Amino acid sequence: MKLSGNSRAASVAFEGVTKIYGKDVVAVDNVSLSIEAGTLVTLLGPSGCGKTTTLRLIAGLEMCSAGRVMIGNNDVTSLPATDRDVSMVFQSYALFPHMSVLENVSYGLKFSGFKKPEARERALAGLDLVGLADYGARLPSELSGGQQQRVAVARALVLEPQVLLFDEPLSNLDAKLRRQVREEIREIQQNLGLTVVYVTHDQEEALAVSDRIIVMKNAVVAQDGTPRELYDAPASRFVADFIGEANILPCEISSVKKDIATVNVGNYSANLPSRGIAKGEALLGVRPNRVIITKRKAANSMPGEIIRLTYVGNHLEFTLATEFGELFATSSDVDSALSVGDKIGVTFSDKGPVLLEN
Amino acid sequence: MSIDNKISPTHPTLLLWLIVGWVGFLLVPWYGIEDGFFSFDWLSDGYPWDPDYAPALFLLLQGKKMWLAVVIPFIFIPLFALRRDKSDPLFGKILIICGALGFGLLLAQGFIIGLKGWQFGWLEQLLGPLGDRQFGMGYGALMMASAFLFMFTQGLAARGAVNGDVFVVSSIGFVITIVAIFVFFPIINMLLSAFISEDKTYSGSVFIENITDKRLWSLSCVTGGTKCGAAWNSLVLAILVGASTTALGLAFALIVTRTNFRYKKLLRAMSVLPIITPPFVIGLAIILLFGLSGTFTVYFSELFGFQPTRWVYGMPGILIAQILAFTPIAFLVMIGVVEGVSPSMEEAAQTLRANKWETFVTVSLPLMRPGIANAFLLGFIESMADFGNPLVLGGNFDVLSTEIFFAIAGAQFDQARAASIALVLLFFTLGAFYAQSFWLGKKSYPTMTGKGDSGVHPQLPMRVSLPVIAIVGLWTAFTILIYSMIFYGSFVELWGVNNNLTVKHYLTAFSLKLTENGVLWTGSAWDSFWTTLKIAGISAPLTAAVGLITAYLLTRQNFAGKNAFEFGTMLSFAIPGTVIGVSYILAFNVPPIELTGTGIILVVSFIFRNMPVGVRAGIASMSQLDKSLDESSLTLGANSWQTFISIILPLLKPAILAALVYSFVRAMTAISAVIFLVSAEYNMATSYIIGRVENNDYGLAIAYSTTLIAVMLLVVGIMQFIVGRTNIGRRLGQSRTNV
Repeated sequence: MKLSGNSRAASVAFEGVTKIYGKDVVAVDNVSLSIEAGTLVTLLGPSGCGKTTTLRLIAGLEMCSAGRVMIGNNDVTSLPATDRDVSMVFQSYALFPHMSVLENVSYGLKFSGFKKPEARERALAGLDLVGLADYGARLPSELSGGQQQRVAVARALVLEPQVLLFDEPLSNLDAKLRRQVREEIREIQQNLGLTVVYVTHDQEEALAVSDRIIVMKNAVVAQDGTPRELYDAPASRFVADFIGEANILPCEISSVKKDIATVNVGNYSANLPSRGIAKGEALLGVRPNRVIITKRKAANSMPGEIIRLTYVGNHLEFTLATEFGELFATSSDVDSALSVGDKIGVTFSDKGPVLLEN
Repeated sequence: MSIDNKISPTHPTLLLWLIVGWVGFLLVPWYGIEDGFFSFDWLSDGYPWDPDYAPALFLLLQGKKMWLAVVIPFIFIPLFALRRDKSDPLFGKILIICGALGFGLLLAQGFIIGLKGWQFGWLEQLLGPLGDRQFGMGYGALMMASAFLFMFTQGLAARGAVNGDVFVVSSIGFVITIVAIFVFFPIINMLLSAFISEDKTYSGSVFIENITDKRLWSLSCVTGGTKCGAAWNSLVLAILVGASTTALGLAFALIVTRTNFRYKKLLRAMSVLPIITPPFVIGLAIILLFGLSGTFTVYFSELFGFQPTRWVYGMPGILIAQILAFTPIAFLVMIGVVEGVSPSMEEAAQTLRANKWETFVTVSLPLMRPGIANAFLLGFIESMADFGNPLVLGGNFDVLSTEIFFAIAGAQFDQARAASIALVLLFFTLGAFYAQSFWLGKKSYPTMTGKGDSGVHPQLPMRVSLPVIAIVGLWTAFTILIYSMIFYGSFVELWGVNNNLTVKHYLTAFSLKLTENGVLWTGSAWDSFWTTLKIAGISAPLTAAVGLITAYLLTRQNFAGKNAFEFGTMLSFAIPGTVIGVSYILAFNVPPIELTGTGIILVVSFIFRNMPVGVRAGIASMSQLDKSLDESSLTLGANSWQTFISIILPLLKPAILAALVYSFVRAMTAISAVIFLVSAEYNMATSYIIGRVENNDYGLAIAYSTTLIAVMLLVVGIMQFIVGRTNIGRRLGQSRTNV
């Protein structure tokens, strides 16, 4: 048999959820969020931001101190992990070392009331899905890291849970494997229509796999949006800095008309979406690949000088000194004739800069 | 999954306990059966109307023991809870109230009404004489009490305690209850009986008199008199033993970890010996060597022509015997700590230009401080509690543990005095505990860092290693001599008088006759031998189970009052066996819990004596299992009970084995608590041997001890085989380091 498309995938919603450890350590602070059924949503943030706690609150491994947790249409706030229809892939995989791969994968099925033959069949189908059909008899310790990871995924998948949770699943894999496995996870998620909540601190991973990303900082949600929204229109200095690299420059908004702000940074000026920011001082965020190096005194450019230049294979990395501080820029033109010490002009591509609140 | 649970709720666990409660009330005898817990003669002997065997219901129908009726409402009302949903607040409230009141009233009636009617004078004055009495609780009361207890815990769980986990809440409730009944109740009871004078009234003067007795506190041996008080004797002895065993244990541990000494394996093997040796056996061997007709005494007195003396009886003999017996325990404590000192810290010290000696003194030794404190504490407590060696070797040298015994065992039968001395003993051991934590203070001693530590411990500096090897060598030679003495002595006709070899002692103890009716166990030791095996065999798995469940609760669950819970479960560790023994006969001699003279009291005493070791072993290995294993099992739909059974237990096999072996062996070798609790029917090997020693029948005593040691080696081997190993492949270490 094959694992079918998952009609059971359910939405997840937090309503004003707070989690306090001990007396006063606030791990999650009045967070509300909603995750649509059948989407892959990433919780992203630096360590200690509350993303793993959020995941564990969905799993029922932690109970919230205030607020409500909904899965589908059910209020699961007070249900423990056992009674929630959720399964989780752990950072350490948490494969049971004393059970074979097949036993590991059938473990959850055993407690979901499946008869032995059917549990076995489903477990085999799950192993097949992750390409480990022939490995059922082995012990977890006899598999490579990547294979163990896939067993952990299969074990969670076969239960066809309402929500599937991943806690930094790739952090123990090497860089190449990481890319491959994350593509596999994404593919399975889309084929089966699963609701997946995925925790990572790796912004590139988050951008690559997610339908939506929820960026967390200091126990609250900093921004929630699609990867493109987050990358191209970060809401705050923190998000701009955390997702990808960004140059943050002080700027002056001289006027705002119909949500379009006229922004000046020295000689450079541009008309940008105002994003609700009023006239006065503000910040401008520019991605390194949107920084354009032109001739000195070209139109709409600021004067600058190349103070560092690094060749990293598929692109060049520049550090430019300007009157507004150092800028970091990349260029895919690896055959460029520029060199350290060149006096140049700096400008930004049309869609490049984005206004940030100060 | 059970989210859309719209059908009428079923509560299988609650139903089970309600049935247990009702069976306890309706069907099985309420009071303890005279013939013993496991005899079922009562079925054919007047049941159900005979008041001795009647269930509570039949007693009430006959108009007897009417006070038992108070519990009826609380077994009846919960039936209404069965139809209610678990999330219904009323469900939890009904169970909490009925469980608590039912359990409380059940206990209250047991304590208020005893063998002679009202237990308290003021009740008799208030309500007049009762004219009826009751005996110790039996099956019925036990079943009903359990039903109430688990009703209560299920109620708490339904109201959201510990995330609403029934298994965890029930386990906590269970452990708290049994620790309260079998540790706190006897100790408090003993505290009270220290104040009871001969005419059964409470009086402070009795206590003052007993506690300030000259026989405890006299210092006349310092001022030129003959005897010092038992309290001073015990204290000085315990301090000497604690210090010497710690020093020797440290020496052993240093040799094993930090030298190229060739016979490390021998040292490790020898460390097991005392665990399987009844403690007083060493004392016996000392007598064979240094006693009046001991080998050494005789040889040297002939050589130098002086009169053999009884010098070894008293402080010197006990000291030697206890040092020999308890050094390996100190070694086992020290080895963990000495290995645990992170090599990179020592390597760091060396790269900072400290030489080996300076490194050892300034870094290694201070980091071993917790181990030194623990080893000293263990030696101190073991010496304080030791009963066998002082009895065998004491002579006129009184110590507290033997004083307690003679206060209660002999013609004196002075409970208040025994209780008072036991309190002095308890005061010393708890004082040592306090002193230890004071000395260690709040400093933390980081030894194992989670990171892989590939460094190597530096070798001991020469000026340490040479004397250490010399001392350990001497000790080892002496121990080997002692054990060969024991083995050889068991074949000697009459030591020092008739040195012919014989198997007569073994025959007396363990002879068999094959008759037409099967085997006749004619040897004199068989009775106590089988009893010992049976009691040890029953108590070992129970000890391991209680210990591991407690360890599970302590490492894996968070609940209010966890620290107090840990303290309570570890308390019995600080209480010397002699004190446990006395407090048990005082507490369980009379209803409501009447256990004296049964095998159960032995089993129970072993469980609570040895439980702390099971707890420690469990905690140590459970904290090595990554918590994500349990969590992934929970998210896969197993509940905490199923997780405990299918994930934690299989991975804990080494800890289970350790707990099983330890509790089995301790049950076979223990003497200090046992000597108070044995009865004619349930005599244990150790107390039988002590009895032989008191009759100067050394040959038989030694032959029996040798047999015990051999049997224990065998049993340990068999247990190892049964428990087996969990196959986890070759690289478990990897998945751990990933955490």
